[in-house]
Amino acid sequence: MTEQLLFWVFAILSCGGALAVVVTQNVVRMAFWLVVSLGSVAALFFLLHADFLGAAQLLIYVGGTVVLLVFGVMLTASGHTIKVQTTPAETLLGCGVGLLLLCVLVFGINSVEWSDVASRIPKAGDSAAVIDQAEDVRLESAVTSAKTDESRDKAKNAQEAVLARRQSGRTLRQLGLSFFGLRPDRNLNQEPGKPLAPGYLLPFEIISIHLLVVLVGAAYLARAKRRVTPGLEADL
Amino acid sequence: MDGVGLEAYLIVGAVLFVCGIVCMATKRNAIGVLMGVELVLNGANVNFVAFSRFTPLGLDGQATALFVVVLAAAEAAVALAIALNYYNNHLTIDVDRGNELHG
Repeated sequence: MTEQLLFWVFAILSCGGALAVVVTQNVVRMAFWLVVSLGSVAALFFLLHADFLGAAQLLIYVGGTVVLLVFGVMLTASGHTIKVQTTPAETLLGCGVGLLLLCVLVFGINSVEWSDVASRIPKAGDSAAVIDQAEDVRLESAVTSAKTDESRDKAKNAQEAVLARRQSGRTLRQLGLSFFGLRPDRNLNQEPGKPLAPGYLLPFEIISIHLLVVLVGAAYLARAKRRVTPGLEADL
Repeated sequence: MDGVGLEAYLIVGAVLFVCGIVCMATKRNAIGVLMGVELVLNGANVNFVAFSRFTPLGLDGQATALFVVVLAAAEAAVALAIALNYYNNHLTIDVDRGNELHG
């Protein structure tokens, strides 16, 4: 119930923020609405039990990328450039095409039976949501079927412990292990002799070098250039 | 406890994606175009994380989404540097004015 309420609040905030980014013409206000939208998406990540990813989204996107964009606005905005508008015809065309694309996507999503698709992926353990639900049902039945008070207390304690474990963040360790190919959600309890899943160490290294090179390149591109005026070349 | 299904998250992702596309198509300010790109990447990320929770895909979706976040940061840095250079050369940031290579 709470989960549904939170989902609707943050879904409406993120979609509304994205729409406001499209509609607003002032760049600074666009940046603000982008913060609203990205922050709500981070909250959706928390709702999806991806707490490390939600935190990273808040830190990198909302704290880093948007600040970078705002600096870009500051360095390039000068009077007339802060509002550069398209003609109404172009806006109408863009919105029409966007609406059509949205219709295609929504019809596509609704026409697929997603539980079938999920069951067609090679069985390596059920999805996290299904496991959680099965655990809930099992614990609930243990509480209701308990005969004595003592066993009922024990079952209730077990239920609360599971809920507490689920609410505490636990994706950071899993994510870190998955970089080495150890998958707690998949193959930690598998029979010995089976190879581990390929980890993410190589992509991680590639992306680290990529980020370094990109930042050096960006600093090189954006450096302050000395303007050379034709008459002063002899002095330089 | 009936939570929210996969479809709802996919529709949120689709709305973000379409908003980003429309933003990229209709804005003439280069920084507005960049914001559209960020929205598109976020829509894709929502899909990745939703699939990682509701299908047996597991943590693969979250790891991919993490890489997408890092790549988006790198992309924003480079694109912003290019926008600053463009501004230095043209004294405007209107992308429709950058037609010098028009042929």
